[in-house]
Amino acid sequence: MSTFDDPFDANRNLRSGCVCGQHASAGEHEAALTLRCEPVESEEKRYEGVVASAVMRAMFPQDVARRAFLKSVGASTALAALSQFFPLQTATEVFAQAGAPEKKDLKVGFIPITCATPIIMAAPLGFYAKHGLNVEVVKTAGWAVVRDKTINKEYDAAHMLAPMPLAISLGLGSNPIPFAVPAIENINGQGITLAMKHKDKRDPKDWKGMKFAIPFDYSMHNYLLRYYLAEHGIDPDTDVQLRSVPPPEMVANLRADNIDGFLAPDNICQRAIYDGVGFMHILSKEIWDGHPCCSFAASREFITTAPNSFAALTRAIVDATAYASKAENRKQIAEAIAPANYINAPVTVLEQVLTGTYADGLGGVKTDAKRVDFDPFPWQSFAVWMLTQMKRWGQIKGDVDYKAVAEQVYLATDTKKLMTEMGLSPPASAYKSFSVMGKTFDPAKPEDYVASFKIRKAS
Amino acid sequence: MTSSLRLRAGLVSIVLLAAFLGVWHLATRSTGATTTMSPEYAKLMGLTATQGKSAMPGPLDVGAKLWEHLRRPFYDNGPNDKGLGIQLGYSIARVGLGYLLAVLVAIPLGFLIGMSPLLSKALDPFIQVLKPISPLAWMPLALYTIKDSSISAIFVIFICSIWPMLLNTVFGVASVRKEWINVARTLEVGTVRRAFTVILPAAAPTILTGMRISIGIAWLVIVAAEMLVGGTGIGYFVWNEWNNLSITNVIIAILLIGIIGMLLDQILARFTRLVTFPE
Repeated sequence: MSTFDDPFDANRNLRSGCVCGQHASAGEHEAALTLRCEPVESEEKRYEGVVASAVMRAMFPQDVARRAFLKSVGASTALAALSQFFPLQTATEVFAQAGAPEKKDLKVGFIPITCATPIIMAAPLGFYAKHGLNVEVVKTAGWAVVRDKTINKEYDAAHMLAPMPLAISLGLGSNPIPFAVPAIENINGQGITLAMKHKDKRDPKDWKGMKFAIPFDYSMHNYLLRYYLAEHGIDPDTDVQLRSVPPPEMVANLRADNIDGFLAPDNICQRAIYDGVGFMHILSKEIWDGHPCCSFAASREFITTAPNSFAALTRAIVDATAYASKAENRKQIAEAIAPANYINAPVTVLEQVLTGTYADGLGGVKTDAKRVDFDPFPWQSFAVWMLTQMKRWGQIKGDVDYKAVAEQVYLATDTKKLMTEMGLSPPASAYKSFSVMGKTFDPAKPEDYVASFKIRKAS
Repeated sequence: MTSSLRLRAGLVSIVLLAAFLGVWHLATRSTGATTTMSPEYAKLMGLTATQGKSAMPGPLDVGAKLWEHLRRPFYDNGPNDKGLGIQLGYSIARVGLGYLLAVLVAIPLGFLIGMSPLLSKALDPFIQVLKPISPLAWMPLALYTIKDSSISAIFVIFICSIWPMLLNTVFGVASVRKEWINVARTLEVGTVRRAFTVILPAAAPTILTGMRISIGIAWLVIVAAEMLVGGTGIGYFVWNEWNNLSITNVIIAILLIGIIGMLLDQILARFTRLVTFPE
């Protein structure tokens, strides 16, 4: 599932035997590529590997010939011979620099929740600096303000809920302005938290008349909660009340008995548990394992006026996301993003969210390493799913060209190219099927999918 | 006699404060029932859950935190974490700028309207409609049209603090005693000179009262505006601490907002006393 598999790992699940599809077995492929089979220890090494193998490929376009050559002289000799007449070092440097960014001082807005982890941590852990940028990450008061400040160009790019760039591009809740998503910030990492008094009311069928909070109308939180309720026969528009409430107010409202529960980012769920006012009903992962939540977004205008800055920014985010996807780095990340300058939350809370060992609010300690995960690839099928839900709940009226919108906003092709350059291995297709609460979604038939739901708004 | 009254009033104030702090301390000290939990679980929970500590901080917690802030008011840990002194500085600067712009517009305009009964009657409906609009209602419009959040905040201060000044100036100018104007007229004083030597001094106390009301409103508005826009300022500080559910810091901010508001008001009160004349 993750796009961070080692590209040089021969045991990777491959369709035609090996990574490049030219060899009968993974072992043979590995032999052909001994040049760069060791796990890379540094960025320079990774670029070097990419450049060296590109040169190697250029010299021996035929895999058979290359393999024969490598076998006869050995990989290291081949590399030495190669660097004799090709300035590998210089080429690597040139490659690593790519195009110099048009604009180095950038402002990126974020909302203080763990979903923004890659955007935030890239500042204290130096990922922006590594890609030649001087980025100021600015905490922002709410989703509508993030939207307005990004549209107003006060921010060059921003942390947004995954459906927001789609909504902005379509002109839902704002003027239509073309926006794009080069990377998904996080997958999973939300939860349904209920007030302590409901600890014996775990069946959603009994939830009629309850009040729930969600952070924003155009959010995965909204769509996932509605989906979950509807699957249990509760019409989210008539049987319960859904309110747009900023995350910090959710905990206070839960304490004040003003709402019965919420579907919110995990650090808010965990905060409610930490303060003893709620418990974790389910993780959003149990609704759809691997669902996207927040995205990294920029306007088309920024991308066209400063393509190199945008590429460097995306590289930094993808790089940070790769770092965050590793479980062993999570504790360090929790400490880096907890201070007042960033998320401003107790380290214990963030650590529970990021490491996945958490108190559930009912006296138990649970462990789920994938409670929140990071994978930047902007699957266009995710976008299609979000559009089907916008249609389902009446946010979009009339006909939608699902595929066209998804492909315009979710920049899978560009991200794929960038990831390949970075030595990561993105998936071949930007569409994948997945299942939400056991129901399979076919991105090729969005209209049928919308029609298949019993509970939906008539349009 | 007056000194003894002042002494007694001070004493009552202190007693009231002590009583308030005492009740506050007792009310938040209570430790609710703590359920037994495994140590492993307890380690992951906050004090409210483990020790039944009240979610409201007591006066001692607030005092300790306040002392911490006061010891280093000007630290700067990056764009989203600055000392309270810096935050207050930003807010005061914004209020100052917006307010100054309002003064520059409201007083000359008020003067003109006050001297012309026709204009006064014609503009009155507009002023009456614009006056009661809340700063939060202006904010989205400002953000949308001005397209710059810090200028929007200043604009909101401007638009909200202009009306009391304008109305008071109009009222002050219009109600200058007729005899004084007649005397000036008899002495053949020109219009401009009459405005500056007769009307302005006569209307000054009313104008300053308007300015005093306005500074209070401007200070009210800035907190709301900064909470909405974020970035810097005391309103942002409140929002940021609210995010962290740190009631202690929110209380400290409330205290400081009150003190600064009082100081601003006192400064204008002093000016008012300077221009007031005994009749």
